[in-house]
Amino acid sequence: MRVLDALRFRLATLFRRSEMNGEIEDEVRSHIELRADDLERSGLTRREAERRARLEFGGQARFKEEIHDAAGVTFIESVFRDVGFAFRVLRKSPSFALVSVFTLAVAIAANTVVFAAFNALILRPLDVPQAQRVYALAHAGDAFAYDSYANYLDLRNRNHSFETLAASNFSQAGLDTGENPVRAWGYEVSGNYFDTLRLQPYLGRFFHASDEHGANSAPYVVLAHGYWQSHFQADRGVIGRVVRLNEHPFTIIGVAPPGFVGTFQAFTADFFVPIVNQEQIDGANLLNARANDWVSELFGRLKPEVTPTEAAADLDSINRQLQKTYPKEESKVTFQLVHVGVANVFGGAMKAFLGGLSLLAALILLAACANLGSLFASRAADRSREIAMRLALGSTRRRILRQLFTEAILVSLAGGAVGLWASVMLLQWISSWRPFPEFPLNIPLSPDAHVYLVALLLALASGFLFGAVPVRQVLRTNPYGVIKSGSPVAMTRRITARDLLLAVQIALCAVLVTSSFVAVRGLVRSLRSHLGVEPRNAMLVETDLRAAGYAGERVPEMQKRMIDVMKTIPGVTSVGLVSVPPLHMGWNLTGVFTGKTTDMRLSNVATNAITYSISPDYFQAAGTALAAGRSFTWNDDEQAPRVAIVNQEFVRLLFRSPSAALDGYFKLGNGTRIQVVGIVQDGKYTANLAEDPRAAMFFPILQSPSSDSWLVLRSRQAPQELAAAIRSKLRDLDPGLPSFIQTWNEEMNGALFAPRVATASLGILGLMGAMLSITGIFGMAAYSVSKRKRELGIRIALGAQPRELLRAALGRAFRLLAFGSAVGLVLGILASRVLASIVYQASPRDPLVLAGVVLAMLLVGLVATWIPAQRALSIDPLILLREE
Amino acid sequence: MPENAQLLPGTLDLLILRAVSLGPLHGYGILLRIAQISGHALLVEQGALYPGLFRLVRQGLLKTTWGTSENNRRAKFYELTAAGRKRLREETENWNRLAAAIAAALAARPEEA
Repeated sequence: MRVLDALRFRLATLFRRSEMNGEIEDEVRSHIELRADDLERSGLTRREAERRARLEFGGQARFKEEIHDAAGVTFIESVFRDVGFAFRVLRKSPSFALVSVFTLAVAIAANTVVFAAFNALILRPLDVPQAQRVYALAHAGDAFAYDSYANYLDLRNRNHSFETLAASNFSQAGLDTGENPVRAWGYEVSGNYFDTLRLQPYLGRFFHASDEHGANSAPYVVLAHGYWQSHFQADRGVIGRVVRLNEHPFTIIGVAPPGFVGTFQAFTADFFVPIVNQEQIDGANLLNARANDWVSELFGRLKPEVTPTEAAADLDSINRQLQKTYPKEESKVTFQLVHVGVANVFGGAMKAFLGGLSLLAALILLAACANLGSLFASRAADRSREIAMRLALGSTRRRILRQLFTEAILVSLAGGAVGLWASVMLLQWISSWRPFPEFPLNIPLSPDAHVYLVALLLALASGFLFGAVPVRQVLRTNPYGVIKSGSPVAMTRRITARDLLLAVQIALCAVLVTSSFVAVRGLVRSLRSHLGVEPRNAMLVETDLRAAGYAGERVPEMQKRMIDVMKTIPGVTSVGLVSVPPLHMGWNLTGVFTGKTTDMRLSNVATNAITYSISPDYFQAAGTALAAGRSFTWNDDEQAPRVAIVNQEFVRLLFRSPSAALDGYFKLGNGTRIQVVGIVQDGKYTANLAEDPRAAMFFPILQSPSSDSWLVLRSRQAPQELAAAIRSKLRDLDPGLPSFIQTWNEEMNGALFAPRVATASLGILGLMGAMLSITGIFGMAAYSVSKRKRELGIRIALGAQPRELLRAALGRAFRLLAFGSAVGLVLGILASRVLASIVYQASPRDPLVLAGVVLAMLLVGLVATWIPAQRALSIDPLILLREE
Repeated sequence: MPENAQLLPGTLDLLILRAVSLGPLHGYGILLRIAQISGHALLVEQGALYPGLFRLVRQGLLKTTWGTSENNRRAKFYELTAAGRKRLREETENWNRLAAAIAAALAARPEEA
């Protein structure tokens, strides 16, 4: 606190200088009066005594200055002087200032953006009271911790660790306010949801646990604040209004507080409904289906004295009891308590990726500092004459260093400000970005105080870092030596700190370039990889039959009619229907057993197969090749024996060979025997191109009805015309049917999102790294050429050939480049292992990647040394005679 | 008037601290006290006193209060802080060691010559 006190004192004295002057005058006056009193006592008149006292005291102005010096005011004043001087110096070399500010701005922007993402996705807790006590239940080893509702009730009622345990499930529904239904996204939540979060409604009221009286007993809906504003024009009179969700009446009872979009922050929810009314939203009552894990998130507020580990152990023991009671439905789960939010669902991979990204961004900043450090060092060398002069004139080294640091800090603050501005722009753009038009993705990247603070600290730290580079140089400056010999600082042959900095920087750049090459290559490969479907020339039509009120018998009837109508569109070669298309952001899993299994407990499950319900022509429309057997027909209905088509991975896991699989049987958990009638090629199924081969099975839509229906149309027609034709046909069928039409390629954006983001961010960082290397090498080469002009001139005069000349002038730069690139390449290959988990088939041991990196680094070297080389070659030996 | 001793650089602070250690004093009083305790051998230039006082205040060795002098003049009184007392002790020891060393050095005679 002493430092702070001193600073406050100094600031206070600075801003109250006049006040202080007043105090000094008061004190001096009092002193003179006291002295005059003494003199008066020795016999002088009062007037004479005062005159004498003033004379004895001496000139007041001089003392005031000395007093100010003593009180430390000049420190602040001299800082102002330093800043002013630094401004003038930087204004005199605008290109230097611009390059430094720009370099730093780029690096700081990169770091700020990455930190903002880190901050928003991982660090920032849910915005509810005492968020640190709210924990979500995760399953060890499984990113998606779905549970059944029955299981939730048991966990809620039997645990001793949570004050309250809430459940929520993300869902969608057609919301009808009197016109045609529009699709809205929302959460089905347990009655204690808002009470667990301790949220207060913005308007109206929330529903509570006391509102739950069994299935479909609480037809209430709470609107999200944003949806209330955009779709209800912020009308305060909405409370009490009845809207229809999937054709069922719900009463609007409240509006959630602004900014609250549900616990799984990555989606923007439009509404919240009680989970007991789940049947009306989802079309089937799953409340008692213990085997069906469909509730996407359980979370609760821990009791004050319970630790997360204790709570997890409590839940595990309940799970063991449940497993004994319901061996067929319950599987072994090890619970982990994690903080609520998006990071915990995509947990590992995202944390690893963001961590890697922060590391790379930090490397960029380090490279930028190295760059600026050598820029400042060469400037200090250029200014060695000025520095020597100032030393000779009596300035202290400390004063000169302070001056240089002031310049560095000024540059770093300017760079930080520009960088922060750029990153805020970028963050705004990312936040408003909707990568999947049909999906309410919410990327809450708005910068907060933490982000600003980090940017400021980074700027200051980097200022001190690169400002420190020329310190040794200044301390060594000999005021006499520099002034005596005309040419300052001889080029030394040994490796200097600056060379080392440059080599490190080039290595960093090579790491970044390697990583981005690996990522790009992986992305290209995954685009070409075998998806099991052919997204080109295919159109997807997502329809929401539930929202339009279709149920029971009317569903398959309508599905058939839609297929028939689509076939009449000219140019459409085939039309199929599927419950959920592969590579979509959602999928269904079913546990399957071998045909001989009789004990259907979950531990005997052969595999969990991804399950689709399809129409007969689906494979043709989707472009999936049938490897053996037959496709479905409309005769595969409820009366016919249950059949399935499975993929090759399914065959590998459940049967010994394809011949054994065809016409062989497998079983579902309820004991149903199903015959395999066809085998299709493997593909990718979940929204993750990096997935390992997974078992998949396809059921005929008439045997395994599903009101989720996506139409797949294969046609060579232009997408816009086709979409228009589809829209008009659907309108003719049922104007109230919500539908969403897009090409399959567009829909695939979801699956490609992660690798694309990874590739884009690595590409940008790689580009930045390359840019920094170019400026770094350029600076070094240009500096060495200009310093060695005389030597090079002598070489030319003595008849050196251009090759020898270039070797002399730029050999060092190239050696550094080669060394740095080699180190960077090796490090980059090591770092790329992390990438493999995000970018499908990202392999650093790819000759194309290696060649690409080498080529890129060569290019960097060429670009950076081109101008200095030209300058070295064009040196006129006559300058030797002219200069000095 | 007795002959004035030259004030060594750095000793002014020590003298001020010593003078104030005997009780709170205003600036003029400090001048008088220094003259008195040094047997009028050391005289501090009046104007040079105040920069020294301000420096010591800034270092937290002295604290100030405005009050009334013995002859009813408003004056700023200086007083030692705990840090000031500690500093005075250290400086006094230092000075005594130095003085003893210098005295010993000056008293030394050539052993053989």
